[in-house]
Amino acid sequence: MLKFIRRRLLQLAPVLLGVSVLVFFGMHLIPGDVAQLLLGDKGTEADLQRIRHQLGLDRPVYVQYVRFLAGVLRGDFGISIRTRQPVMWEIGQALPVTVQLSLAALVFAVVVGLLIGVLAARYPRSALDTGSMVGVLVGVSMPVFWTGILLLLVFGGMLGWLPLGGIIDGSLEYRRITGAPLLDGLVAGNWTIVRSSVRHLVLPAVALGSTAMAAIARMGRSTMLDVLGLDFIRTARAKGLAERRVVSRHALRNALLPVVTLVGLQLGLLLSGAVLTETIFALPGLGRLAITSVLARDYPMVQGVVLIAAAVFVVANLLVDVLYVYLDPRIRYE
Amino acid sequence: MATAGTVVLRTPRRLAALSWRRLFAHSSFVAGAAIVAGVIAAAVFAPALAPFDPVEQAFTNQLLAPSRAHLFGTDEFGRDIFSRVIYGARIALVVGVVADGIAALLGVILGVISGYFGRRVDAVIMRTVDVLLAFPYLLLAMIVVAILGPSLTNAMIAIGIVYTPQFARVVRGAVLQVKEEYFVEAARAIGAGSVRLLARHVLPNILSPIIVMATLTVGFMIVETAGLSFLGLGASPPTPEWGSMLATGRSFMLTAPWIATFPGLAILVTVVGFNLIGDGLRDLLDPRLRGAR
Repeated sequence: MLKFIRRRLLQLAPVLLGVSVLVFFGMHLIPGDVAQLLLGDKGTEADLQRIRHQLGLDRPVYVQYVRFLAGVLRGDFGISIRTRQPVMWEIGQALPVTVQLSLAALVFAVVVGLLIGVLAARYPRSALDTGSMVGVLVGVSMPVFWTGILLLLVFGGMLGWLPLGGIIDGSLEYRRITGAPLLDGLVAGNWTIVRSSVRHLVLPAVALGSTAMAAIARMGRSTMLDVLGLDFIRTARAKGLAERRVVSRHALRNALLPVVTLVGLQLGLLLSGAVLTETIFALPGLGRLAITSVLARDYPMVQGVVLIAAAVFVVANLLVDVLYVYLDPRIRYE
Repeated sequence: MATAGTVVLRTPRRLAALSWRRLFAHSSFVAGAAIVAGVIAAAVFAPALAPFDPVEQAFTNQLLAPSRAHLFGTDEFGRDIFSRVIYGARIALVVGVVADGIAALLGVILGVISGYFGRRVDAVIMRTVDVLLAFPYLLLAMIVVAILGPSLTNAMIAIGIVYTPQFARVVRGAVLQVKEEYFVEAARAIGAGSVRLLARHVLPNILSPIIVMATLTVGFMIVETAGLSFLGLGASPPTPEWGSMLATGRSFMLTAPWIATFPGLAILVTVVGFNLIGDGLRDLLDPRLRGAR
């Protein structure tokens, strides 16, 4: 297993190198001069030359790329044009928020999706089955940003049950440990923080996870239906096991594999959806950082955010592959 | 990655096997076709169906709630939302078709070259595809839009490029399978060149997975282009584009919720329609693709 993980990690290196090439040269294709952007309208030609020299922009592009890559390997992504802070620092502030949101969305998607899928398969052609499958079709087709707006309107605006945005009540102060308020609250044992954080997390997580939830429910139902018709399930029933045990222990585990594949495919959608969800719910995460940076033409920040997001994405996919081996003992990656 | 090295196990059914009778016996295809036909009708007959000019401002009619005069209400400039939603169907359909066309065209070219010629060309193309797949979709689209400049046309191009790797993979898999078939070998034996082999023998036989993939992705492309517009990277005001209408509606969510509700509903209905058609075609033509995307 360790050998497999090591080999997969090694395979990631060229992919990430490719991503860095694409992002770096992509950013160079954008019209506009970084030195001009940094100086604004105030700079003289001499100032511009000085800044270009300082940033190494007067060197050939390949030299600039090598310098960029060397910086990245040291964890130095340069300085943000918009905020004048180190890019890595800004990403460090934003990443935990996105990871917390994506994990919460994933948990919602998997738990609710599987529950719906299993129940629908358990009572096929019932009203529950038909109703949930219509719901699933709608869920798969709903744009994340519309789901978010509707949830905000109903639960934040009309019912007033949940906050309208942000990650935590503005009046609360807490010690930042990981940057993810929920985790920080749990670590510090501060339940006020935990409660506030959960209240702020529910709507964005549901909005972000709803598409994946619907896809998982659909896949869960079809694989459960297949598995429930197999011989070993009949054997389990024949030997007198309770139906609940047959479903939860025998069928579910075997139906999980395609669902795990699907989760792997959904990760990209989840990270994409984070950009929209964070915009709607005013969450200071990586997605929001990405869109503000693109709109402000903050190239160093865009480079950093995209590289980190791609790294998170490929590592998450690696974890999905590892989960495969755990779930299906027949698969051995050697 | 979880999807790496997908092996094609079954021959997709030939297009010829698809008769209108079978298509129209498939309930989800029929439902989807009916919805999409409705959207197309709205787009084509927009000038006749829309009671008002979609971009004309009427400051005496600002933020009116839905009524008989304005079925879906009006926005902050007094524009009739029903008319804007109807005209928005034109943009959504163009977006779906153009973005899908770009992805399918580039994907087929890359997939065919990769699958047919193999070896180094294949390795180079597939590693590039791996790199593109390592980007979260929307981030890649945002970079492309940043390079080209924000506009609806560039948003369509960006979404087309983002989906190209998926098409390339599916096409490559299909080509790998078809090129081993006897009829291809026979054609090669009687002296057919690469171009003729590809155009006359390989391409016609990989059309089903391409068509299924294309219909399954149209809906997503419409949603994601609307997403780019929502973020300010696509259509700009006063274009009646559903995504940018939603973005405006967001600011009036609590006071005039209808501004965001109806464009969202329009996206949902259109995407449901395309997804139903895609599901139907997949069941009939290429059940292997179940679960893709």
